[in-house]
Amino acid sequence: MTSANTSTKKSSADIDILDLAGTKAKGQRPYFLADKQVEQVLSIAMAVATELAVTRERLASLEAVLAEKGIISADAIEQFSPSAKHTAARSLDTQEYLARILRIVQQDKEEISQDDKSMEQLQRELTQTD
Amino acid sequence: MSNVKTLPSWRALTQHGVMPQANHDEAARLNVLTHLNLHLSSRVIPGLRQVYEKHVHPAFVKEHGREPETRHEVRKVMMEDGYCQLWSALRRNTMEMRHQTGRAMVLRQADALSKKVEQLNKGCDTLQLDPTIEVPANISQVDIHCQPGCYYQEYYDQDVTVAASYDVGLFVTTAGLLGALSDGGGQAIANWLKAEHPNFKPKRILDLGCTVGHNAVPLAQAFPDAEVIAIDVATPCLRYAHARAKSLGVDNISFVQANVESLPQYADESFDLITSAMFWHEASHKMLPKALKTVQRLLKPEGLTIHLEQPQYHGKSVFEQFMRDWDTYNNNEPYWGPMHDLDLAEQLDKAGFDGSAMFEVGVVAKVDEKIFGKSAAGDSGEDFGRAPVWNAFGLWKK
Ligand SMILES: C[S@@+](CC[C@H](N)C(=O)[O-])C[C@H]1O[C@@H](n2cnc3c(N)ncnc32)[C@H](O)[C@@H]1O
Repeated sequence: MTSANTSTKKSSADIDILDLAGTKAKGQRPYFLADKQVEQVLSIAMAVATELAVTRERLASLEAVLAEKGIISADAIEQFSPSAKHTAARSLDTQEYLARILRIVQQDKEEISQDDKSMEQLQRELTQTD
Repeated sequence: MSNVKTLPSWRALTQHGVMPQANHDEAARLNVLTHLNLHLSSRVIPGLRQVYEKHVHPAFVKEHGREPETRHEVRKVMMEDGYCQLWSALRRNTMEMRHQTGRAMVLRQADALSKKVEQLNKGCDTLQLDPTIEVPANISQVDIHCQPGCYYQEYYDQDVTVAASYDVGLFVTTAGLLGALSDGGGQAIANWLKAEHPNFKPKRILDLGCTVGHNAVPLAQAFPDAEVIAIDVATPCLRYAHARAKSLGVDNISFVQANVESLPQYADESFDLITSAMFWHEASHKMLPKALKTVQRLLKPEGLTIHLEQPQYHGKSVFEQFMRDWDTYNNNEPYWGPMHDLDLAEQLDKAGFDGSAMFEVGVVAKVDEKIFGKSAAGDSGEDFGRAPVWNAFGLWKK
């Protein structure tokens, strides 16, 4: 038992939001890939991919707002309330975006289920004479 | 036309009175992570069965001359497979990104949130905090589901950020399927009670481990004349939960800081209904029997106790067990596997109930179908425990 229900700081002015937002969970982090640094690069790539998606979303909102109102204003984007049609289009767009980024995983899955042959193997088979 | 199902936006969630505000990009980030979870469960996970059936299983049988007997044997060989490793790395990473996004969002508005919470809670005797309550080992030792600060951490005085971040993230980790107030679990229990036991009118209801109270609220609304008592040990969660319920106009719940291991403040046989949602898989083996004994002591004869959980592993293939068990080791859920191995009827028996009276039932919430679409029960890909068909177990006390 520990009594950790109490805070050590008086106010939220004393906290470092950047560090605290990204802080790790207690306990050793499992790494899954053979090379820890490759996995770290994967983590960075996924974060970058997310940020690009966010930028795409913002652009889409901007375009929609421009079309709707004919003005450019940051506030209009913040306040933009997407229609059901817009939301559905964004949802589909995000799914396509993720499918592009994670294509290599999909292709690995297909190769597993299709038992693809190597080119050497195909070459052997196709260059056989009777 | 594409047959791909579209997801609602995080912004479709109900803005209850203490709901953290997401700016445009924060909402977009949460939406991408929600889609990423959907991508992993519907498009990547099905490949794992292929990997197992085509490569990993035959290799195991060849090497050992027998079938794998336990999920742990399956885990050992699966986690050496590249496809499984890549999926695992992506899934862990998605979880971590979800926490960072939620925390960044709530921390920047920490003061505003605390103020709103304090305002709503001021002078209410329905929030009963007890600073002498110790955080039990089952949550103080581990940041459950990789949530930094777990449920109880306060970074400054009157902090509610861990609770708010939990509320923000429920939509993301369940791929948007719990409804506009993320209360699908509580709704499912309430619906089931009304449909199957229309004459059951509980006057006093106890909810164990209520966290932000999202599943206690629909119960309180379904039984407006009942007194609901929602228990947790975590201060920030209780503060936030109480303010959240208040802002939704729900006044018949008391949020009480207490440890469910004993609850001496409540008299024997003083509750008609005792519930929990996704609680037992976070209970250590030391705490679980004590908490069940508490339930047994507090429940009235003819009363009902019912608990939402994932199904037990017993009777499932070792591969499915391995899939369901991933969180135990890789998402900081150390009790997940051990809990799903328990014979629940036997546990109820040991707690003094008649374990043979235990029932299991699948309950489904119909959450705001206009916004959230039909419940994904049945139509989603195989996702081993992420679909919102809730498995409930319980019994009527004789
Ligand atoms: C998985 S969460 C429950 C989730 C929530 N009921 C829901 O529907 O999403 C577990 C909760 O139980 C609380 N808890 C854990 N051990 C406890 C104990 N011994 N007594 C009271 N609450 C406890 C934790 O603080 C946490 O809020």
